[in-house]
Amino acid sequence: MASIGKLNQHQARTAYLFITPTMLLFLAFTIIPVVMALYLSFTNYDVVSRMDFVKLDNYKRLWHDSLFWQTFKNVCYYAVIFIPLNILISLLLALLLNFKRFGVKLFRTMNYLPTLTSAVAAATVWIWLLHPEFGLINNLLSYVGIVGPAWLAQTETAMFSIIMVTLWQSVGSNMVIYIAGLQGVPDYLYESAKLDGATAFARFRYITWPQLRPTTFLVSTMSIIGALQLFDQAFVLTQGGPGNVTKTPVYLIYQQGFNQLQMGYASAQAFILAVAILIFSLINMRISKSEESIV
Amino acid sequence: MAQQQVVNRLSLNEGTGTVNSVTVRRSIMTILFYIVTIAISVAMFLPFFWSLITSFKPSDEIFSMPIKWIPSTLTLEHYKAAFTTVPFGLYFWNSFVLAAAGVLANLFFGSLSGYAFAKLNFKLNKPLFRLLLAAMMIPGIVTMIPSFYVLKHFPLIGGNDLVGAGGNGFLNSFWGIILPGASGSFAVFFMRQFFLTLPSDMMEMARIEGCKEFRIFWNIYLPLTKPALATLSIFTFQAGWNSFLWPMIILNDPNKATIQMGLQAFSYNHQTDFGPMMAGALIAVLPILVMFLMLQKYFVQGIAFSGVKG
Repeated sequence: MASIGKLNQHQARTAYLFITPTMLLFLAFTIIPVVMALYLSFTNYDVVSRMDFVKLDNYKRLWHDSLFWQTFKNVCYYAVIFIPLNILISLLLALLLNFKRFGVKLFRTMNYLPTLTSAVAAATVWIWLLHPEFGLINNLLSYVGIVGPAWLAQTETAMFSIIMVTLWQSVGSNMVIYIAGLQGVPDYLYESAKLDGATAFARFRYITWPQLRPTTFLVSTMSIIGALQLFDQAFVLTQGGPGNVTKTPVYLIYQQGFNQLQMGYASAQAFILAVAILIFSLINMRISKSEESIV
Repeated sequence: MAQQQVVNRLSLNEGTGTVNSVTVRRSIMTILFYIVTIAISVAMFLPFFWSLITSFKPSDEIFSMPIKWIPSTLTLEHYKAAFTTVPFGLYFWNSFVLAAAGVLANLFFGSLSGYAFAKLNFKLNKPLFRLLLAAMMIPGIVTMIPSFYVLKHFPLIGGNDLVGAGGNGFLNSFWGIILPGASGSFAVFFMRQFFLTLPSDMMEMARIEGCKEFRIFWNIYLPLTKPALATLSIFTFQAGWNSFLWPMIILNDPNKATIQMGLQAFSYNHQTDFGPMMAGALIAVLPILVMFLMLQKYFVQGIAFSGVKG
């Protein structure tokens, strides 16, 4: 018995040794930052000299900061359009490319390729595609007699352009997740539904959709977290313009914190954004739970 | 697959009626399927095609109206321009070093602690692992500014004293990018899940034979996780190569800029040089595309894995 105890002790010592690097890094770059995030938002830290406790000053200032709330409005507008479209398009693509037919693998690959591009490269390419005069999109539109807008320079279409680019980049990987989900739906459900005379739509509504609930929950949660932290595409495509309509909270936090060195104030903004992400995720969880359970 | 079977059954059942109308309906469905699928796939691929064409077109044809689908001659001038106006080669190398270092660190630390969490008994196993998992839910924006603070005030680094004052810490150094991501929670989680699928009796056999714990991990278990390591390296490399905001925050020295930063600065400063811009964008995408085409199998496995079990 004594030797077993010794063995376990030895094992535990090895285990702690093995996880030490990970836990140290985790402490330095996750635990300490999370604790500090809240503290910094109550200070006037400016990187160079000061770091005084200023109580609720940052939050009071933030309350009256119309630009901050505008960025919030912008990103909510983005999220409300982007997230449902993202789910809908990737699900439709998955349903389409889940058929076993000749060439399906190639089509899947073609739809997946955009997700490999970096946000900066994708945005750079789309700046050219969306060029008002010589861009491909407006030229294609002119084939059918439509005069395309100056996509990135007009307030009405700037955010829409960002939605388009981010959709192009994200539906491919969600499609693969959905295909994996679809392949996990047991065949006998469809077969028995077929025997009962269920239509194709009914089979989707009462079998596929409820069975895919965990997948949809995963995709929607990731979309919410990603959408509310939109930055790269807005930074490269439009630089937040025109007239701040595409400026996002992360963009503003980056500017306040790292260009104007108002780190304390930026931390308060980051904290509010994190709370917003949490609230949206909880709402999403509620919606996902309230739907009827799997057949 | 399921739908296909349903379709087959459908046609079988109705086959008792007129066989001809069923075959006609099926071929119409097939044609419709290909029209829709090809249209979507071509649309998704069009930006790649167009940027590729633009990058090889002579300058005057880029701005021709109506648009020219096929250039009259192919030229490499835009690639030359991209590499000579800004040091794209250097940026490429910087990005490669950062991404590769991220891969090596994550593979090593991730499998080391993934193995510990999956195969070794210790008191804090469950609580610590749960803590790591919970941390994956924290949005990146929360830790952005404080991580910067930690890096800047890291004790005894970059001119800092014991309490982290005086110098710049890890700022403007590659370590400031490598260290925060060196052992991602995802890597630990991913490797743990894989180690769990491996049997434990080899470990016990090796212990009876007197094998040291690290050698059990390194010589027996680690070689068995090659597929998982491949998948993890792909994801880590892609994330490192494509990251933009964090390197932009940490690195000020133009000679340390990554390819994403270089490309952004280029497209901002040369707003009408679409030829070199497209050349640069394609160069920035190329390594990931090549990796994808070579290791496609691991990509798809990895997404399906994180999708189903995550």
